[in-house]
Amino acid sequence: MTDLRQTKTYAVLTAALFMMSLLFMAGAAGAGEERVPLPHPAMSEKAQKAENCVAPVSEMRRYHMQYLKHQRVETLRKGVRGNPYSLKSCVNCHAVKDKAAGGARTADAFCSSCHKYAAVTIDCFSCHTNKAADRKKTSAVQSPVSQLAAHLEKAAKDRSLLK
Amino acid sequence: MSTSNKQTADLARRRFLSGAVALGSVSIASGFTLYTASARPKGEPASSKIRWGLLIDTGKCEDCNICVEACKTENGWEGHRGNLTDPQWIRKVGLTDKRTGKKQSLPVMCLHCEYPPCVDVCPVGASMKRADGIVLVDRHLCIGCRYCMMACPYGARSFVHEKVTNQKPYMPRGQGTVESCTLCAHRIDDGRIPACVEACTKSGREAMLFGDLNDPQSAISKRIVQVSTTKLRADLGLEPNVRYVNF
Repeated sequence: MTDLRQTKTYAVLTAALFMMSLLFMAGAAGAGEERVPLPHPAMSEKAQKAENCVAPVSEMRRYHMQYLKHQRVETLRKGVRGNPYSLKSCVNCHAVKDKAAGGARTADAFCSSCHKYAAVTIDCFSCHTNKAADRKKTSAVQSPVSQLAAHLEKAAKDRSLLK
Repeated sequence: MSTSNKQTADLARRRFLSGAVALGSVSIASGFTLYTASARPKGEPASSKIRWGLLIDTGKCEDCNICVEACKTENGWEGHRGNLTDPQWIRKVGLTDKRTGKKQSLPVMCLHCEYPPCVDVCPVGASMKRADGIVLVDRHLCIGCRYCMMACPYGARSFVHEKVTNQKPYMPRGQGTVESCTLCAHRIDDGRIPACVEACTKSGREAMLFGDLNDPQSAISKRIVQVSTTKLRADLGLEPNVRYVNF
């Protein structure tokens, strides 16, 4: 008797589970439009101007991590310099203006868009800088022509003050 | 321009540039060349034919901090609170002879040993020696156990306790890893001399001499033959590549 009762209970439970899974599948199909949107990495001016990345884009998407890791070993442990797959050149080309960094170009927007989508946590930027090595425009260094122009302007001003 | 043409042009340009760089050198007033700089060609690893070394003349070394400041600026390791846990890649050590009262001041940094004990003890292979004798920490692998700091008889290594921001693009640094003087490997690979040596030479003291210890024609090798040099804790047999003179 107990065996029969148990079998019945199992049958009811299985049927209930089947119904629930059907309902769930229908729900998932209905919610198709609410998926996480595909990432569209922010493209910097430099990256837009360059026709190609250091390798075709499809290749970079799939293998950039292996390339970076391979080159980091080559550079740090063997001292090989100047190869194309460096994190520094990624940052320098792909960085876009970042309000959080006070207007400096950072690679955050570009790198994090896909990494967030793929739920990948990278720790590159806990040691490496995420800022592009942009040269600051300093007024201290002037070309000879602009120096002469500034001198003439100052002289003209002085003359007008004398009058 | 097709890819192959562009590559050929790039190569020709690179050859021309490396040739031009080879002409650059650091010289002192007497016209005596200290070190002929040449950037290693692109894609070529560091060679074991070279052994970079430093010779520090404590007779010329004054009680200044120029080398330390130059290193801080170059590598960006400024401390947070000036306490004992702050990183310190190079420090000035003052010595006083108790009998005569003679005072000496000398810089101590990673001495880039031929047989580095820090490399022997590292459990993860992060502490390493490059082919040209530069001892480095691969901070991708470093777990921050600090065995190397205990093994180093010169106290040359530091642990990064605090979070680091605004690193230099060529000198990544991060919390939880061990770091030390890299002999400015990034500059050497670029055909330049270490920042401390450059600053000391520019200040006119010229207490630091940098060069290839394997090249008998280099200024440092010639000087080592002429004068008697001191290896710190020579009894340990670590054969440091940074040596002292007048000490």
